[in-house]
Amino acid sequence: MSTEPRKRRGWSGWYLLFLVQFVVALWPPLYNKVDPTLAGIPFFYWFQLLWVLVSAVLTAAVYFATAD
Amino acid sequence: MQEVNWVALIIFIALFGLISWLGFAAARWRKGDLELLHEWGLGGRRFGTVVTWFLIGGDVYTAYTFIAVPALAYGQGAIAFFAVPYTIIVYPILFLVFRRLWHVCHRHGYITAGDFVRGRFDNRWLALAVAVTGIVATMPYIALQLVGIQVLIGGLGISGTGLAGDLPLLIAFVVLAAFTYSSGLRAPASIAIVKDILIYITALTAIIVIPIQLGGFAKIFAAVPAAKLILATPPPGSTGAYSGYATLAFGSALALFLYPHSLTGILSASSGRAIRRNAAMLPGYSFMLGLLAMLGLLAIAAGVDKLPEFARGFDQFKGNFAVPALLLHSFPSWFVGIAFAAIGIGALVPAAIMSIAAANLYTRNIHREFFNRNPTNKQESRMAKWVSLIVKAGALVFILEVPTKYAIQLQLLGGIWIIQTLPSVMLGAYTRWFNSWALLAGWAVGTYAGTSMAYANKLANSYPLQAFGHTFPGYIALYTVALNLVVALVLTPIFNAISSDRARDATRAADYTGD
Repeated sequence: MSTEPRKRRGWSGWYLLFLVQFVVALWPPLYNKVDPTLAGIPFFYWFQLLWVLVSAVLTAAVYFATAD
Repeated sequence: MQEVNWVALIIFIALFGLISWLGFAAARWRKGDLELLHEWGLGGRRFGTVVTWFLIGGDVYTAYTFIAVPALAYGQGAIAFFAVPYTIIVYPILFLVFRRLWHVCHRHGYITAGDFVRGRFDNRWLALAVAVTGIVATMPYIALQLVGIQVLIGGLGISGTGLAGDLPLLIAFVVLAAFTYSSGLRAPASIAIVKDILIYITALTAIIVIPIQLGGFAKIFAAVPAAKLILATPPPGSTGAYSGYATLAFGSALALFLYPHSLTGILSASSGRAIRRNAAMLPGYSFMLGLLAMLGLLAIAAGVDKLPEFARGFDQFKGNFAVPALLLHSFPSWFVGIAFAAIGIGALVPAAIMSIAAANLYTRNIHREFFNRNPTNKQESRMAKWVSLIVKAGALVFILEVPTKYAIQLQLLGGIWIIQTLPSVMLGAYTRWFNSWALLAGWAVGTYAGTSMAYANKLANSYPLQAFGHTFPGYIALYTVALNLVVALVLTPIFNAISSDRARDATRAADYTGD
C-alpha cells in the first residue's frame, strides 16, 4: 500500500517552525525569572503570554506556506 | 454570612434561560436527520472554521478550567501557568496529527477514536480498550463541570442541605440533558458561541478593571509571596520544578485531543482546512486562559480569603472559590451575574459534548461490536441518545453522593489513562507498523503503571523518577506513555514473527491527506 504517486504532501521544512514553539515553551530556565518586568508583570508571565501570540503567528505562517 | 445576591441571580437565570432556548432551537440549525448517529453526534460534520473555533474552544476550555487553573495559581502560584505552554504546544499537534485523523475518519465515516482503531488495526479488543478508556476518563470530567456550577451557585449565595441545596444543580442538569438529547452536538455548538463571547467579556474586563482597583500589576505581584511568584530553582541533583512544569505541559498537550470530547469537536468540522486554520486561531483562547490564571494571583493580592463574607465559600470549596470571590468582591452585582453565567454556561457546553462523545463510543465500539452487530440507523442514534442521558445521570449522582476530592482525583487519573491510547490513535494516524496486540499490551502496561505510580505518590500527578543518580520529577502520564510505547515497540516484532496482522488495515495511505 505504499505506492503513493504524489508524495509531496508528507513533510514540509516549514514544520520546523513548530519545533521552535515547542523548545521555547518547554524550556522553563529560559523564562523563569522576575526581571525584566513589563508594566509591573514579571517576565515569567508576560513572556509566556507573548509566546502564545508568537506561536499563533508561526502556526499561521506554516498554514499559509503549506496550503496548496 | 453571605446573602443571596438577587440581581446577579436573576441575570444568571435569565442568561441560562436564553441558552436553554438556544439549545432546543439548535435542532433546526443546519438541519439534518437526527435519527442518524453522525447527524446527532457530530452535527452532520457541517461546521466551518468559525463554528469549529467556538466549538473546540468551548469544549476544551471548560468551566472547570476557568475555576481550577486560577485556583491552582491562587494556591501554588507560578506552576499553574503550565496551562500556557500546554496550550501553546497543543496546536501544532492539532495541525499535524489530527488533520490526518479528520481525513481518514471523514472518508470512512468513523465517529470515534475506537472506530478509527477498529478500521486501522482490525482488532476489536484494541478498539474496546480505546473506547472504555475514553468513557472512563470522561465521566469524572463531566462530574467536575457540575462541580464548577456548584461553586457558582454557592457564590450566588444559595446554600442549603438536602434537596433544597441540590435543586439548582438538578435543574441545570435536567435542562442540559434535555437539549443534548433532542439536538445532539448542534446544541453545544450554538451555545458555545454565546458562552465564548460572555467569557471574553468577563476575562478582559476582569484583567483590566481589577488591577486598576488594586493599584496596578507592580503592587499585585509585590503582594504575591516570593515562593509563588516564579518556579523554584531546582535543587542540586534534580531537575525540580522545571521538569515538573515542562512534562506537565507536554503530557497534558499530548492527552488533550485524545479525550473523546475533543475528538468529537474535531470530527464535526467540515474540512481538514478548517482544522488547520483553527490551529492558528485557537491560541486566542490560550491567551485568555493565561489572563485568567493571573486572576488567581489577583485573588491573593485582593486578600479575598480574609473577608468574612467569603469565609463559608472558601470553607466549602477551598481554592476553587478564589475566582468567584474575586469577582463578587470587585464587581457590581449585574456584572457578577454575567460573569457567573459565562462560567456556568461554560460548564454546559463541554458537559454536553462529553456525554455525546461517551455515548458515541459506547454505541459504536461496545454495543455494536459486542451486542447488536447490525443495528438500524434509528436504533443506533436512539441508543446514543439514551447513553448520553445515563452518562450524565451517573456524573450527577457521583457529584451529589461522593466528596468532590474523589472527582478531582479521578479526573487526574483520567489524564494518565487517556494518554495510553496515544500509540494506537496518534501514531496510528501515521503508521501501521505496530502489531495490534503489542499496542494492547503497551496500553495495559501503561495504564497499570500509571495508576500504581499515582497511588504510590498519594494521587499527585508528578512522580520523582530516579535515573543516573539524578531525580527527574515529572508528569506520570508522560513517563508511563513512554513505557507503553517501549512495550509496543519491543513486542511488535515478536508478535509479528508469530503471526503478523499488518495486512489487516481498512484504510489506505491516501485516506489520510487531502484538501
